[in-house]
This record gives sequence, structure tokens and C-alpha cells, in this order.
Amino acid sequence: MATTATAPLRPALDPNTPVVEFSRVSIAFDRGPVLRDVSFTVCHGEMRILLGPAGVGKSVIMKLANGLLTPDSGEIRVFGRPLSSLSPREMYELRAHIGMVFQESALFDSLNVEDNVAYRLIEEHVPEPEVHERVVEALRFVELEQAIAKFPSELSGGMRRRVSIARAIISRPDLILYDSPTGGLDPITSTTIIELIVKQRDVSQTTSLLITHRIQDAFTLATHRFNSANNEMQLIPNGGIDPGTKFLVLNDGRIVFDGTTQELTRTTDPWLEAFIS
Amino acid sequence: MRFPSPEAYAKRIVASVQEYSLLTWHAIAALFSPPRYVADTFTQMDYIGFGSLPIVILTGFFTGCVLTLQSATSLQQFGAVNMTGRLVALSMVKELGPVLTGLMVSGRNASGMASELGSMKVTEQIDAMRALGTDPVRKLVSPRVVATVVMLFFLTIISDACGIAGGGLVAVGLLGLKGSSFFHTAFRSLIFGDVFEGLTKPLFSGFIIATIGCFCGLRTTGGTQGVGRSTTQAVVVSSVLIILFDFLVTKMMIGIFGR
Repeated sequence: MATTATAPLRPALDPNTPVVEFSRVSIAFDRGPVLRDVSFTVCHGEMRILLGPAGVGKSVIMKLANGLLTPDSGEIRVFGRPLSSLSPREMYELRAHIGMVFQESALFDSLNVEDNVAYRLIEEHVPEPEVHERVVEALRFVELEQAIAKFPSELSGGMRRRVSIARAIISRPDLILYDSPTGGLDPITSTTIIELIVKQRDVSQTTSLLITHRIQDAFTLATHRFNSANNEMQLIPNGGIDPGTKFLVLNDGRIVFDGTTQELTRTTDPWLEAFIS
Repeated sequence: MRFPSPEAYAKRIVASVQEYSLLTWHAIAALFSPPRYVADTFTQMDYIGFGSLPIVILTGFFTGCVLTLQSATSLQQFGAVNMTGRLVALSMVKELGPVLTGLMVSGRNASGMASELGSMKVTEQIDAMRALGTDPVRKLVSPRVVATVVMLFFLTIISDACGIAGGGLVAVGLLGLKGSSFFHTAFRSLIFGDVFEGLTKPLFSGFIIATIGCFCGLRTTGGTQGVGRSTTQAVVVSSVLIILFDFLVTKMMIGIFGR
């Protein structure tokens, strides 16, 4: 445990300022350019779904948004602050307001579920009774309260993913990044995860950026909402679409679509039509 | 296996040295500002120090035993078998204790660090740590550096003591020498410079073991195969550097103390 306490302040969020803003961002690795001149914004309360073929740079965008990677050119602003101007300490303080769900859960093997979920709170020196209470609350949200003392190796893939979501939401972040939350899971477990994401979106109104390889999951997010009364996900009646859910499609390192669900379903671009069919 | 071009190879070496230097600087600088992970440091001390005790005791003991056997045989030809204690003490304290302890701890702990951190790297746990607001160098590397430097110092002392004790046991039990004579010459032969040299080397070795182990672990790529490569590389590189720095420190100490 660290020997000093810091209590990060919530960023003063101007409702008119985008939560995430990419301006002409490019990055290349050894194998060649991955992203070329990518520009988009994610506004308050929006859920932005990233689609695209495998290896096109979706996870790279996620890591750039969280400052885990640095672009070769362009600017990235999160909560209105340019990431390039932040010192390492300021970057860590900013991350206190960002929750991230990794593709393979990335749970810490040597810690049990409670310590995994409480990790950030322990680092911030939150008192132990409060930590336990908030862990139980987060695990109750993902319906895994009974697994609190288990280790990641004792959990199934779907359970690990749910613990990862609990870890991301426990600090009540202002932005959540989901990197393929249903990747590698069976359809039934995937639906459970999507339901949790819809619940988090509708109950907390948190801004989110989500990568998925499953088009059906993407359209489920756009066409369903969470009913708190019944505690279940329901289809929006009369073919309705969640207005806050928008799409971003990448191909060959560039954005080929940036718009609403309706615009995506009505696209006349042959590549997009083939991709979403 | 394709051979890289000399230019690409040279660039890779220079880049590696640069990254290693930056990591080392970051790890040391982290000790002088909060947060400091004291509990993690003690956990590592227990694992590295107490956990390495059996192999260090055995290594030191049997090294002393074999040194006595070999040296007594040769010294007898010159009628100088009474010098066995001196030879064993000087060899253990100045050279064999620090180097062999360093190599044994390197094999156990540099590989452990590289494999643990490498596994965390390939499963994105390092990225998760950063995403959760924790500096992985502060949390993972700095405690290991402090723990290894401190514990290797004491492990070397234990190794030296076990070596001299083992040598004494062989001298008395197998070679028929007088125990009092053995230990008396051993004690009298050591001067401050010898002990200083013998206890300076573990400081360098400990630093090398921890920084190389963590460096190899944190730059692991390529899944489980990559973890295996990092582990091997950590042991090989740290072992070679321990022996290299042993030479440099010995030369420096001979220059300072004259022997």
C-alpha cells in the first residue's frame, strides 16, 4: 500500500465541451501506420460504439484516449485537457475519472476479487469499511457478490469480465472505455455483459466508448434500454433507437463512418453495407 | 533464422540501453517522492532474502568445502597447509561469496521478476495498473530494486560465513588440520579493505539483478513464448553483468586498497 494519500478532484465538466476529442491523430508501429488523421468527438452522456475489421486500430484508439499510448501526430483532449500537456502525475489524476474494461479483463492474478475491484480505492487510501461497502455495491451491480473472496483463476471468462466492469465503475468514473467486453464469450454470456453495459449507461448516464466485433451486440446497445423497475434490459418500443448511442467505423486506419444508428443502417456505401450485414 | 542488419542490430542495442537507463532512473527517482510502496518492499525482501536463504547457505557452504579440499592439496606441496584458512577466507570474502551468491540469486530472482512482470505485461495487467492510476515502475520495480540490494548484502555475509564454516569443517574433519589454526589464520588474514570490497560487490549485483529482471519483464511481447525469452534473457544478461562488474569493482578496490 502507498504511504501517502491523494484525493483527485472531479474535473469541472463544461456540458458543451466534448468528453473525448481526437483531432487528426496518427500513429504508426513497426509494422506500419495504424491510424491516419483520425478525428472524432464523444459528447457528454454519449455511448460511442467503435466498429471495424480486426487489427484496424480500435484498441489503439482506446489506449490513446486513456493516455496509455502517445500519438505520433495530432491532439487528443479528454475532459477538455490536451493529454500531451499533462505531466505523468496529472495523467494519473485524470485517469481517476476514467474507467477501463480490457479485452481479456486484465484482472490481477495475485489478488482476489475484492482486492481487484477495490484496487483504485486502496491506492487512494479510502477507509477500509467504505472500501468494502463500495466493493459489495459494485459486485451487486454486476451480480457477482458471492464471488467476492474468489481469485481470478477460479472464475469463468464471463465472470472475470463482470469483475472487470465492477473494477471500472467502482470509482464512479465520468468516462468508461470498454475494449471488446464480449470478446471470446458465448452468446448468452455476451448478452449478460451487454445488459450490464446498458444498465450502466442508462442508470448512471456515463459517457462511454465501446469496441465490439459483434454487430449484433452493437445494435442491441442501440435498440435496448434498461428498465429499473423490472431490473432488466428491454427493447425500446416502436422500433425506437437510443438517441445517445452513435457509431464510429474504422477501416484501413481511417474513419469511414461517424454518425447515428439510423444513418448507419441507411448507408449506401457498399463496404459499410457489406460490413454491417 | 534471419540475421538482422548491423545497422538494425546496433540501433536495437542503443535503444535497449536507452530504455534501461530511463527505467533505472525512474525507479531510483521514485524512491525520493511519494507514494512509496513500503509494504511491497518488505514483501519482496521476504521473498528475495528469506526465500533465497537455502540456496545461498548451500552454495556458500559447499564452495568453502571444495575450496579447502583443493587448496590444501596444493599448499601441502609447499609445506604451507597452515595457510588454508587464509586462502579460504580471502577467496570467500573478496570473490567467491559475492559472485556466487549474486549468480545464484540472479538465477532465482531475476528470472522470477522477469517472468512475473512479463506475464503481467502480456495479459495487460501493467496497462490495467496504469489505467487504475498506479505507476507500475513505482509499484513493481522500485520495491524490487531496494529489496534485492539490501537483501543481497546480508545474503553475501551469510554465504561468506557458511563458506568459511564449511571450509573449517573439511579442514578439521577430512584433512586433519587444527580448527583453531584454521579459523585464527582466516580471521587474521582479513583486513578492512577485503571486507569492504566483498560487501561493495553485492550492492552492484543486487542492483543489476533487480533492474535487468524488471527491464526484461516489462518489455516482454509475444505471449507465453515471449515470457520464456524474457526470463532466459534476464538471467543471462544479469549473470554476465555481475561478472563484468565484479572485474571492474575488483580493479577499483585494488587501486584503492592495494590488494
